[in-house]
Amino acid sequence: MGKVAIIGVGQSAFVRQYPGSIRELAFEGFKAAMLDAELATEQIDASVICSAPEYDKQRSPAGVFAEYLGLNPQPTFYVESLCSSSSMGVRLAYSLVESGLHDTVAVIGFQKMSEITSSESQERMGRGADIQWESPFGTMMPAYYAMFAQAHMATYGTTLEDLALIRVKASTYGQINALAVYRKAVTEEMLADPESFMAGPVASPLRVGDCCANADGSSCVIVTNEKKAKAWCKKPVWILGLGAATASVNLAGREMLTGLSAARRAADQAYAMAGVGPADIDVAEVHDCFTIAEMMAYENLGFAAPGQGPELIRSRATYKEGQIPVNVDGGLLSKGHPIGATGGSQIRTIVLQLRGEAGDMQVNDPAIGLVHNIGGVGLYGNVTILGR
Amino acid sequence: MGKKKEIDTRFAKFGTVSFTATTRVNDFVSHLDDGRITGTRCVDCGTRFFPPRNDCFKCLSSHVEWFDVTGTGRLVTYSRLKYAPVGFENDLPYCIALADYGDFKVFGRLADGLKDDDIEIGMAVKTRANHLPNGQLNYVFEKADTA
Repeated sequence: MGKVAIIGVGQSAFVRQYPGSIRELAFEGFKAAMLDAELATEQIDASVICSAPEYDKQRSPAGVFAEYLGLNPQPTFYVESLCSSSSMGVRLAYSLVESGLHDTVAVIGFQKMSEITSSESQERMGRGADIQWESPFGTMMPAYYAMFAQAHMATYGTTLEDLALIRVKASTYGQINALAVYRKAVTEEMLADPESFMAGPVASPLRVGDCCANADGSSCVIVTNEKKAKAWCKKPVWILGLGAATASVNLAGREMLTGLSAARRAADQAYAMAGVGPADIDVAEVHDCFTIAEMMAYENLGFAAPGQGPELIRSRATYKEGQIPVNVDGGLLSKGHPIGATGGSQIRTIVLQLRGEAGDMQVNDPAIGLVHNIGGVGLYGNVTILGR
Repeated sequence: MGKKKEIDTRFAKFGTVSFTATTRVNDFVSHLDDGRITGTRCVDCGTRFFPPRNDCFKCLSSHVEWFDVTGTGRLVTYSRLKYAPVGFENDLPYCIALADYGDFKVFGRLADGLKDDDIEIGMAVKTRANHLPNGQLNYVFEKADTA
């Protein structure tokens, strides 16, 4: 079996309200990746379209995009795993390429969340959990993650100040990422001041500042086989490891409430496939839909032992200059979280880092990077390890 | 013209807003109306399920019987919501919570009267059937008397 490479990455700016249709939004991420890879559309053998469909009026967007992006008559696939859809799309692309069925596959993630109101969005997001047994109690995403935060705090002594440190880090990099939706500074003082918007309660213990920004956006990752990667690309980035796992949709079926078992399992698989461990990772993108989610990611990925996540952020080890830089593009918290586009955007960040092209966000000479992308409340866990 | 077969939609009564009307475990709602919280137990392999299921994934049997959730569980975690999804605004503020009964866990709400100072992770709770002001049914966790 040959190696599988990523030879092009792109994303749109992540914005509060994209002034166009979903096919136009998808075009932005696709165009950026095609220019990056220096490919023509006839060199793409198949496309994989990724989103959470409940936001769209368009049924079966894959076929619509294939036409709009100039990818007719090539086949297209539609992949959905909530917020991890485009990581799952890359997993599918890997298997399509590795099997020899297609040589080059474009994975396009998108979401236009602004077509519905914030409370409608929360209701739809909540329906990514157990609609039969949990939604009737009035659940929503921040409250689910808040339950993990509450358990983490009670079990390990994690504090609201620790969570604030993660938000402050995200904003440090959101300010220097031109494609981020939230580019303002967030300080520890803002999260501690009851009068501040950022400190406003959402679902205890989480505050406004603990939650990521909804955004519209698209991303694209172009995957190909070893032969074409070497022929077409000066700096291919190799997919070294892939992990994917699921967990009970109802929290009643979870073995732990201080972490995400699907993330831990996906990480174990990806490390084993890549033949590396947490200490080998030079730069990481983790799914910080909420501050507590990044804290749990530190532990589920093995960057810190269970309960030791707070130490990592207190010591600034996850800053750009630290021992394991995490989300140095602003993360979901500041860059924004357009559900179906998020995984592809995370992969884009790591690819740029490994190519040494991350500009102001560049960490020092990374060789191996990791992407942790979660769907639902840890319902789906995806971990992808990349190397140059 | 044949008579239209009536569809059992009892599950539409579950929770402030139900997103499911018909399930093979609709009896759960009738039990709730009678003040009982019930799960299912696989008659063939003995596995107990909460929330109740019609089908056992361990032995693939669909032969299940009801059992009552009694006694006390332990509060695993909770969150008090200050914003609600569409349809739940009138319930605010409320707490969603998870209780551990050993063999199984129960996802639900904390009883409305509980204040933050009364709530402690790990505390003993019991689950009580609850009639909501809008005529719907759910269940809530109350602090159990452990004395």
